[in-house]
Amino acid sequence: MTLKNNWVQLAILAVIIVILPTFFPSGYYYRVGALVFVNALSVVGLVILIGYAGQISLGHAGFAGIGAYACALAPVHLGIPPVLAILLGAAISAVLALLIGRPILRLKGYYLGVATLGFGILVSMVLSNERGLTGGPDGMSVPSLGLRPLLRDMGLRLSGGEFWYIFNAAALLIGIWIAINLYQSATGRAMRALHGSETAAQTVGIDVARFKLQAFIISAVYASVGGSLLALQNGFITPDVAGFMHSVEMVTMAVLGGVGSVLGATFGAAVLTLLPQILTVFHEYEHLVLGLVMILVMIFLPLGLLPSLAARIRWRGV
Amino acid sequence: MKVTNTALATLMVLGTVTGAAADIKLGASLSASGPAAFLGDPEAKTLYMLVDDLNAKGGINGEKIELVIYDDGGDPNKARTFATRLVEDDEVVAIIGGSTTGTTMSILSVAEDEGIPFISLAGAIQIIDPVREYVFKTPHTDRMACEKIFTDMQKNGITKIGMISGTGGFGASMEAQCVDVAGNYGVEILVQETYSRQDADMTPQLTKIKSTEGVEAVLNPGFGQGPAIVTRNYAQLGIDLPLYQSHGVASDGFIELAGKEAAEGVRLPGTALLIADIMEEGDPQKEVVIAYKTAYEEEYGEAVSTFGGYAHDAFRLMTDAMARAGSSDPSAIRDALEATSGMVGTTGTYTFSPDDHLGLDLSAFRMLEIRDGKWTSID
Amino acid sequence: MDALMQFVFSGLTVGAVYALVALGFTIIYNASDVVNFAQGEFVMLGGMITVFAFDAGLPLPLAALLAIVATAAIGVALNKFAIEPARGAPVVSLIIITIGASILIRGATQVLFDKQLHRLPAFSGDDPIHLLGATLLPQSLWVIGGAIAIFIALWLFFTRTLLGKAVLATANNRLAAQLVGINTGFVMTLSFALSAAIGALAGVLVTPITLVSYDVGVGLALKGFAAAMLGGMGNPKGALVGGLLLGLFEALTAGYISSQYKEAVAFVVILAVLFVMPQGLFGQKTTERV
Repeated sequence: MTLKNNWVQLAILAVIIVILPTFFPSGYYYRVGALVFVNALSVVGLVILIGYAGQISLGHAGFAGIGAYACALAPVHLGIPPVLAILLGAAISAVLALLIGRPILRLKGYYLGVATLGFGILVSMVLSNERGLTGGPDGMSVPSLGLRPLLRDMGLRLSGGEFWYIFNAAALLIGIWIAINLYQSATGRAMRALHGSETAAQTVGIDVARFKLQAFIISAVYASVGGSLLALQNGFITPDVAGFMHSVEMVTMAVLGGVGSVLGATFGAAVLTLLPQILTVFHEYEHLVLGLVMILVMIFLPLGLLPSLAARIRWRGV
Repeated sequence: MKVTNTALATLMVLGTVTGAAADIKLGASLSASGPAAFLGDPEAKTLYMLVDDLNAKGGINGEKIELVIYDDGGDPNKARTFATRLVEDDEVVAIIGGSTTGTTMSILSVAEDEGIPFISLAGAIQIIDPVREYVFKTPHTDRMACEKIFTDMQKNGITKIGMISGTGGFGASMEAQCVDVAGNYGVEILVQETYSRQDADMTPQLTKIKSTEGVEAVLNPGFGQGPAIVTRNYAQLGIDLPLYQSHGVASDGFIELAGKEAAEGVRLPGTALLIADIMEEGDPQKEVVIAYKTAYEEEYGEAVSTFGGYAHDAFRLMTDAMARAGSSDPSAIRDALEATSGMVGTTGTYTFSPDDHLGLDLSAFRMLEIRDGKWTSID
Repeated sequence: MDALMQFVFSGLTVGAVYALVALGFTIIYNASDVVNFAQGEFVMLGGMITVFAFDAGLPLPLAALLAIVATAAIGVALNKFAIEPARGAPVVSLIIITIGASILIRGATQVLFDKQLHRLPAFSGDDPIHLLGATLLPQSLWVIGGAIAIFIALWLFFTRTLLGKAVLATANNRLAAQLVGINTGFVMTLSFALSAAIGALAGVLVTPITLVSYDVGVGLALKGFAAAMLGGMGNPKGALVGGLLLGLFEALTAGYISSQYKEAVAFVVILAVLFVMPQGLFGQKTTERV
């Protein structure tokens, strides 16, 4: 994947985001679009971790949970505005990632998987057990971001769906822009080198532990911001956001879309967010079909939807 | 049999999606799969059955009901998306659902913002307290279940108890409510233990409760397999104290899962549904309860549960309000709903008012005890 | 003292359940390096099929046998239609395939059977055995015994039989295995059949204790995976010890510290062990080839 390609992809995505709403028959589509973007944002972080640095995580929903609950709790208990709470959540996630990343990232493959899994479970357990603070498994409400009334005063009237569509799209585009910049930086090159082979990277003098840790922290921040936006958008949050299933969902989006490219992340997030909405016509067979689609995509497009499709098109000489 | 039912249900849904003639659109987001399928599955089945039945009888004032059900899997995020879809895309005039408190709280804000009457099927008191204009609910609150249980304890001279609760939404929320009201009934909670949803053995927790000096009874809020395993472990350890379960396991299935011997003597606050066949003649609920129980068990070949009953009551309340409103305008339906008075359901008799959107009192709960593998009323 | 014994009995019972699931992971992992996240569904299928066959009037042993054979067939089908066609795909893709398979199996089960909870009668009755001042259900002995029996069988299989060594060889280097005449396709088929059968057998054994419904697989797979990693993935001894230890940690934490955080403590212990032994308790050290 060349660099030029990445910037072209980003431009195409931006154009699609702008044009798409003209086809929306109702406000519901804005809601789904906004969900796709917020999921994609978290997945971009995982692309950096899995695709760039070659590390796996089955616990990133833990960071999403920290971001989400920071937005629910900080405005109430610390009196800071929700926008700053997003940053606070990201900072906590980064520090936590730094602390646990150091020992955890020495592990490889499935062992890293189970360690991150343990971290995610610990977070979701605290969120659901500390009922006095978090409302327990029934969840708690999240203060509104407060930007929409501000815009209204400035003469820009947006529905909730429209606002979040725009806000999350902007967040996603910025997130992708940062990821692409990282990709071409020295840090990004080092990360990709250790993806190929850690031992080889080490022998040419790359500080493997340091770059793994950086990728882990960056991806944690992405997941945390994604969790924050999800919480603010929904206005209500439960510990499910930090649950194991959410972690698996994020990894699936990344792999389904193709961990090789940041745009693949958006593609994967779109597919896995839209599928359950489309599959409702199958009623009871919904889960059966969802599982089937996942298997078929991985068999026929093993590199993920976007890279595999791109490869096929090129192969046919288009 | 099961397969044909499923196929029929599927055809029906596909039919309603494409169907043109239906007039009043009713939406539902339920947890028909996932950890709360225990609640959502019978709820969805009940709604399908009742809509069919009502339409076969000519609908409401001649207009048929079109039902749109989505399965949110117990995920509040999905529930909010489906609520948005119901309101904005399907343009329903009313919503039933939210099998859990989490999903309900997500749907609730959409219903309030868009002015769509919404009847929740979840237990927590925060759904209707404070009262929200468009939000109603049919199940008793957890708090009422605690009060009913503590009333019975008071009657039996029990003042010191141990609690073992599920960590899921239902168990945790009810545990908190019980701790909150225990003092009002002179009950002291000496020890509190918990278990997770799929724990296979609760003997460590029960051993701790057993060895706590002065415990006179044990209370177990929760639903699903947990309470059945607690009940079996309780018998295994030979604990000789009264065991109180919650309304979360009020179904015949519980006795079967816990085993007849282990379940003997277990007490819980339940609804009239469980004792339909032994209810006294002249009980105002008898007719409604038997009609629903018979129809459901005939249709699906499985025992009714309290939760299906919540959906039944919500549907009856909503369609009754639609009939009285005489229009499919959401705010007219809301007004009619709030004016509901003396509506007999399976859970109890509902009377809503501007400051009561639950409309039930403690009398609707019945204290039941399992004797010889059967539910008996001990009120 | 009595309390301690009760905690230990509970921990061994629960631990044996985890060990049974963890043992199921080992064969497929040994043959293909894939952690099969649909392993929990095999356990669920074992329980569900037995329950429905038993309710339909089959005697329990026959119902169990039917469930084990049917589940093994599903395992073979999983390999044939989902894993084999994706050969050469990155391991993450294979993981997503097994997750997809687990969603599919769950979806099919809820349609074909139902979403209710079910229970099987205990094999040797429900009268508790009194031992050292504590009590134990006879079914617990079945589960613990089952875990030990499967462990011994697996250990013999991998160390004493040619076929077992062929499985290990296939995992180590597929091409080299083929060159020395091992039919690697057959080895894969066999591995999935055996793993699925072990899972189903586990399901039959634990259902009288844990109950079964279409969605118990995820939770079981999660705990089994954690247990297998604690012991060292791929090693039957690791699966058995890891499972039992995990169960004991949970029971002792519930008994002496806090039932609310028993799983948390278990995971903290797993993390601590992995920091000291990155390959788990009995895992083999592997070196990366460049």
